[in-house]
This record gives sequence, structure tokens and C-alpha cells, in this order.
Amino acid sequence: MAFQILLNVFLAFLWMFLQVSFNAQTFIIGYLLGLIVMFGMRRFFTHRFYMHRVWAVIYLFFLFLVELIKANIDVLKLVLRPKLNMRPGIFALETELKSDWEVTLLSNLITLTPGTLVVDVSDDNKILYIHAIDIGEVSEAVDSIKNSFEKAIMEVSRG
Amino acid sequence: MTVISDVLIVLLLLAGAFFSLVAAFGVIRLPDVYTRNHAASKSATLGVMCIMLGTFVYFLVEHDLFSSRLLLGIAFFFITAPVAGHLISRAAYNSGVKMWDKSVRDDLKNKK
Repeated sequence: MAFQILLNVFLAFLWMFLQVSFNAQTFIIGYLLGLIVMFGMRRFFTHRFYMHRVWAVIYLFFLFLVELIKANIDVLKLVLRPKLNMRPGIFALETELKSDWEVTLLSNLITLTPGTLVVDVSDDNKILYIHAIDIGEVSEAVDSIKNSFEKAIMEVSRG
Repeated sequence: MTVISDVLIVLLLLAGAFFSLVAAFGVIRLPDVYTRNHAASKSATLGVMCIMLGTFVYFLVEHDLFSSRLLLGIAFFFITAPVAGHLISRAAYNSGVKMWDKSVRDDLKNKK
């Protein structure tokens, strides 16, 4: 991915030298033209065309934002309810993610998800211990959210 | 145009203040460290982010000042707040702080 971005910047500079005008506008035009050329040549790269990954990152960011707002409405309802009738608990969740930054990102996402908070990560990075604020009804719904998060992160990290 | 931005600024500031208030209520009301951490790490994050965003829009519209430091502040807060919540609850668990009596499960007890 880094190679493709570098190549795109190089193409933009090439465009600037062809135009003999060295300013940001020409750079942006050259970058976009280079993007089109690279999209046409994408089958010669060993990895995916890098805009896919950029799109996946943007998708993940908006997922993050929406979950944060939902989490807040959840906490709001819980705190302002006159009686405290929740059943907190800690459950274990196995993750398929491998590298450190993926696990970090997943636990950050889980912490900002409605009603869950990561308490510990096992030493081999395979199991996340999650404190849920209302374990009975949430446990399965949370599993599905995890699957969507995990999928979104895998979409970013796929080569 | 200014009416729209005024309404937006007021809504953002009020929402931020409201979420911060709910976070404070949650810290007082909820029974143990872990549930308090839920309120503190989520509501406080969104509250501070809303207030900073409202300030950013205010300076952008009223004073024509693009304050990139506020945007950086939002980004830093967004990244660091969940990590802080995680570390506090982890430290609490490892130093043996009990969970609330009505807690139903504890998978971490038999961690290998």
C-alpha cells in the first residue's frame, strides 16, 4: 500500500514537471490523473488497489462515530432510570485478529460500544475479557456487533 | 446562514454539557468501579468532543478563525479516552477490587 501511494505521488510530480507549474493545484490534478492511470493498471500490483483500503478506513471511522453516539444514549437511559435493574458481568470473547494494532483498535471500538468495556486482554492476544453492563440481553447482540467490527477491521488489514 | 450555524453551535454546546452532566450523575449513582467507568469513559468522551466541536464552529463562523488545534484536541481525546478507561478498570481488577454483588458472570477469574 505504501508503495502505491509513493508511486501516485511520483506520478503527480511527473505531471508538475510536464506542466512546468509548481503549485498545489497542479499537484492535485496530477494526483487524480495518476489515480486514474493506476486504477487502469491495477492488475499489475501484487496488492489491492489502495483506494479500497482508504474507503475501508473511512467506513470504520463512521462506524466508530455512530457506535459512540449509540453508547451514550444507552448510558443515558441507564443512569437516568429511577431503579437500577442491570446485571453486570465479565465475559470472554475470542478474536481472530492477529497483529497488535488490530487488537488495540478492536478493544478501543468495543470500549466505545454500547454497554461494553474491555477489562483485560489475554497474554497471547486471543481472548478479550469484556465487562458488560447488562449481560443478559446484550451478550448475543454484542457478539453480532463484534462480528461487524472484526469484519470491518479485517477489511482494512487485508493485503 | 448565521442562524443555522448559531443553532448548530447552541445545540452542540448544550449536548456536550448535558452529556458531561450525565457522566457525573453516572459516577455518583452506579454501584461499582466498572459500571462507573462505563459512564465516565463514554459520556465524558462525547461531551468533551461536542463542546470542542461547538467551539470550533463558533470561532470558524463568527471570527473567521480556523482553529486546527481544536480539531487535534478532538482527535487526541477520541484516541486516548477509551485507553484510559481500559487501563483504570484493568488496574482495579488486578488489585482485587470487588464487583457489585449482583454481577452474574466473571470469566476473568479463571484466566490462564
